[in-house]
Amino acid sequence: MLTAQWLYGLAGCLVTGIGLGNALLGSSLLKRVLAINVMGAGVFMMLIAVAYRGPDLAPDPVPHALVLTGIVVAVSATALALALARRLDREQDDG
Amino acid sequence: MNWNTWLPVLVVASSLLPGLIIFFLREGSHRLRTVLNMAGAVLKLALVGQLIWGVFHEQVYESRWTLAPGLDLVLHADTLSVLFVALSTVLWLVTTVYAIGYLENSPHRSRFFGFFSLCVSATVGLALAGNLFTFVIFYELLTLATYPLVAHRGTPEAMRGARIYLTYTLGGGMLLLIGTVWLHVLAGPAVFVEGGTLHRLPEQYHPQLKMIFLLLIAGLGVKAALVPLHGWLPQAMVAPAPVSALLHAVAVVKAGAFGIVRVVYDVYGVNFTDQLGLLGILGVVAAVTIIYGSVRALYQDNLKKRLAWSTVSQVSYIALGTAILGPVGTVGGIVHLVHQGIMKITLFFTAGNYAETLGIHKVSEMNGVGRRMPATTLAFTVAALGMIGIPPVAGFVSKWYLGLGALEAGMAAWVMPVLLASSVLNAAYFLPILHRAWFRDPAPAWPAEHLPAARLETHAALLWPPVVTATLALAAGLLAAAPYSPLEWASLIAQREYGL
Amino acid sequence: MADTLVWLVALPLTGAVATLLLPRQANMIAIGSAVATAVTAGVLVHAVSAQGALHYAIGGWHAGLGIALRADGLSALLLLMTALVMLAATTYAGAYFSSAGQRRQLWPLWLLLWTSLNALLLAGDLFNLYVTLELLGLSAVALACLGGKTAAIRAALRYLLVGLLGSMMFLAGVSLIYAGYGTLDMAMLTAAVGPGPVAWTALALMTAGLLLKAALFPLHFWLPPAHASAPAPVSAVLSALVVKAAFYLVLRLWLEVFAAVITPAAASLLGALGAGAVLWGSWQALQAERLKLLAAYSTVAQLGYLFLFFPLLQALPHGPARDLAAGGLVILALTHGLAKAGLFLAIGVIQQRAGHDTIRELGGTAQQLPATTFAIALAGVALIGLPPSGAFLGKWQLLAGAVTTGQWLWLVITVIGSLLAAAYIFRVLGHAFGHQPYPGRPVTVAREEWPALLLAASAAVLLGLAGLPVWGLMEIRL
Repeated sequence: MLTAQWLYGLAGCLVTGIGLGNALLGSSLLKRVLAINVMGAGVFMMLIAVAYRGPDLAPDPVPHALVLTGIVVAVSATALALALARRLDREQDDG
Repeated sequence: MNWNTWLPVLVVASSLLPGLIIFFLREGSHRLRTVLNMAGAVLKLALVGQLIWGVFHEQVYESRWTLAPGLDLVLHADTLSVLFVALSTVLWLVTTVYAIGYLENSPHRSRFFGFFSLCVSATVGLALAGNLFTFVIFYELLTLATYPLVAHRGTPEAMRGARIYLTYTLGGGMLLLIGTVWLHVLAGPAVFVEGGTLHRLPEQYHPQLKMIFLLLIAGLGVKAALVPLHGWLPQAMVAPAPVSALLHAVAVVKAGAFGIVRVVYDVYGVNFTDQLGLLGILGVVAAVTIIYGSVRALYQDNLKKRLAWSTVSQVSYIALGTAILGPVGTVGGIVHLVHQGIMKITLFFTAGNYAETLGIHKVSEMNGVGRRMPATTLAFTVAALGMIGIPPVAGFVSKWYLGLGALEAGMAAWVMPVLLASSVLNAAYFLPILHRAWFRDPAPAWPAEHLPAARLETHAALLWPPVVTATLALAAGLLAAAPYSPLEWASLIAQREYGL
Repeated sequence: MADTLVWLVALPLTGAVATLLLPRQANMIAIGSAVATAVTAGVLVHAVSAQGALHYAIGGWHAGLGIALRADGLSALLLLMTALVMLAATTYAGAYFSSAGQRRQLWPLWLLLWTSLNALLLAGDLFNLYVTLELLGLSAVALACLGGKTAAIRAALRYLLVGLLGSMMFLAGVSLIYAGYGTLDMAMLTAAVGPGPVAWTALALMTAGLLLKAALFPLHFWLPPAHASAPAPVSAVLSALVVKAAFYLVLRLWLEVFAAVITPAAASLLGALGAGAVLWGSWQALQAERLKLLAAYSTVAQLGYLFLFFPLLQALPHGPARDLAAGGLVILALTHGLAKAGLFLAIGVIQQRAGHDTIRELGGTAQQLPATTFAIALAGVALIGLPPSGAFLGKWQLLAGAVTTGQWLWLVITVIGSLLAAAYIFRVLGHAFGHQPYPGRPVTVAREEWPALLLAASAAVLLGLAGLPVWGLMEIRL
């Protein structure tokens, strides 16, 4: 139904906003990384909402592809960020 | 691709290529460096000779290279460019000899001569520029090529002088650039055509054209040392004497003055400039500079600084001549471009000789130097008399034409007093030096006798250049009526400018 | 001829995999891939100028579903610049990273970065753009923390988070576009997009994300530490190419996809931010104590100039004046890429010789490396925008555009910026004059010094004298 689609999409916007806010204003590194992931989740929700084409048609595959790509990227980037953070942590402990 | 297209390029290349090669030479390759320098200078002289002959017979020499749509790099030889090119080439040859002698055993000679050659290439390119865009390019290249020369010694004073020089000249370059871009947007490429092209524009553009003129003159006036943009010139005296000679007689200052002549005659057209009321402004600025420069020169004890302020004053004669409407005034201004160059370079050569041989930097140390270094002091005397305007040295010819031109243009009322006052001031700061040199007894010891008296009073390479240029200054005055003399050529330029 | 598009992506990618699998021959493979890719880029430029824009649908799948590669004049020029910079930097990097361990990490990431750059410049739809943008960001971050210094890692982490933030905003914009217009193909979108809340919001989101990645003032805070702490060859590539890629995307979006939506106010906003970048970046560069920090802030400033073109392009009607300005923008970007890369490579040489890059203590080293100092001088000339560099022609068009449209403020900003640039460049060059004796030869280590010198010379002289084809190529549009 259209209402559910809009609701889902708006929720996605909200989640994106929350993520953005915390990413900009977050107090610790970990919080920021998590916030960016939340923001990503919000964008993915928006994309999934866009993919809905009504009860008769199958959902549009293109946004799904975008979401999958986005998830992969987010995971890789988060992994890299955490690795760097751990490295920094270790250097600070040594030094 | 025929000879007429290649000749202007070759004239520039004849110093550019040796310069680039010299950068890569080792410090010890003294002979190779000298050969490259002299070969380039002689080749350029030969090419310029052909250029003079060709332009006199109304041949067209033009090279064109498109840099961007609507922006062409144009090298074009007309009478005015040939005058400046010839001056630069002859004086470069002489200065090269002088510099080889002056810088013997000093460090970084490859770097010096490399940038020296680049400097001359930029000057010649500027002289041969066929439109304002090309002129601006070479104008900025000149700044870049001369900065390392001013900073050459690397001492804190040299770096400070170089920094001030750069600030002024880059700032001036920006003003010139803005004016040129504005003009380009308004009227297309500002090609140098005798008589100018801007008078054809509709009247609604006149206010903008006035602003553009002021911007252009301000930008050019920095290099030409018009008051109040002259501040860099005395500071740049920290450079070695060959650099001061080159900057003050040939390259930088003349480039600015030459630019002013180009803008007034070949972009705006002298009648149109007068119509816009701009000629008067130029004349006032020139007059103020002439007087101010001479007054400041009076109070300088440092010889090079005194000569620097004298340059500030003397180069404005060219601007003054430009501001006087009429062919006679034009001739006076343009011929002074050559005459002042020859005379001033003589003075700087001799100043360098005094410093290098006897450690003399101040006027107060010059007592009795005429007995110790007669040939040098004789050259100094000839040039100084020319500066004051005493016949038969060349300076007299320029001042005569300026005065005559002022009379014909009805501007005698304020030009004559300026000319007179300036001559008096010139006498006031040159004659005492001459008196000291010839008629006073020398101090017990010279400040620092680097070169003891031998068969020649100083190094041959330091002695011959000022003697040669002093003779040229005398010849330019005595033989002013001869064909191909600077005066005759200036008259030719004026003829073609006014369409006579 | 359209095959060159695929080769441009495949060659560096194959090289990256090969260097991963065969670490012992990694150096040779890297240089080989570099040369091959550079030659291909040259072939592409020639093909585009002869045949017009090129298209290639990978796997035969056409636009809408498949990945389409497209090359017009603008992308061809940027691809060539990328190739030249990467070739020179590859040569230098081989000498800079002396240990085999470092090289094992370097080459795969290096070639992967090149792959993503090429793919980004050839991408024809927003999806592809997003993927290549991410790939670019990740490989850039990984390269930036090579060498393992704490400062580098901290700066790289900040770079990563900022980049990620930007990408997410970009993706949000992409999703809005898809929601509004049902396609992601850029050519189709150019025809379809019209003013409306969807287009505005999408444009705002995507631009904000890209401006973060392009380090436009005031979103530039991450760039100076990242570029200053990274190893010299990496800094060269980051400053010259990676931020340029983000700028290229802004250019594509604003001039093509969203062209119907841009208002004068929006363009002026970009121009104002650009002006801020020019003034702030130049001022900070003047204050910098270290050479690499100076160069990094100079990048911030130079990117500002590129954004000054936006209000002019918006105000000029389609026609010769607009084409002149667009060409000026591109030649300015090309010159900056070559000059900044040359500058960083030269700084790398100095840093390795002297052990530091503090400007005040530079004197002796600068005088012992005349070729490198000359490279810095040439790069400086191009950064200031003095003739005969290509930047002079670019700035001329900027000034001419400002006069034509009556937007004099940009002219004043450009002039002030150029004078400030002259101040910080000559502050460095002043140290080249001193009392150290001239060394025996101008070039001491060929492999290290020639790449910098050639890049700087191309920027300062070659592009200025032979720059006319840029305008010709810019006329070839998709």
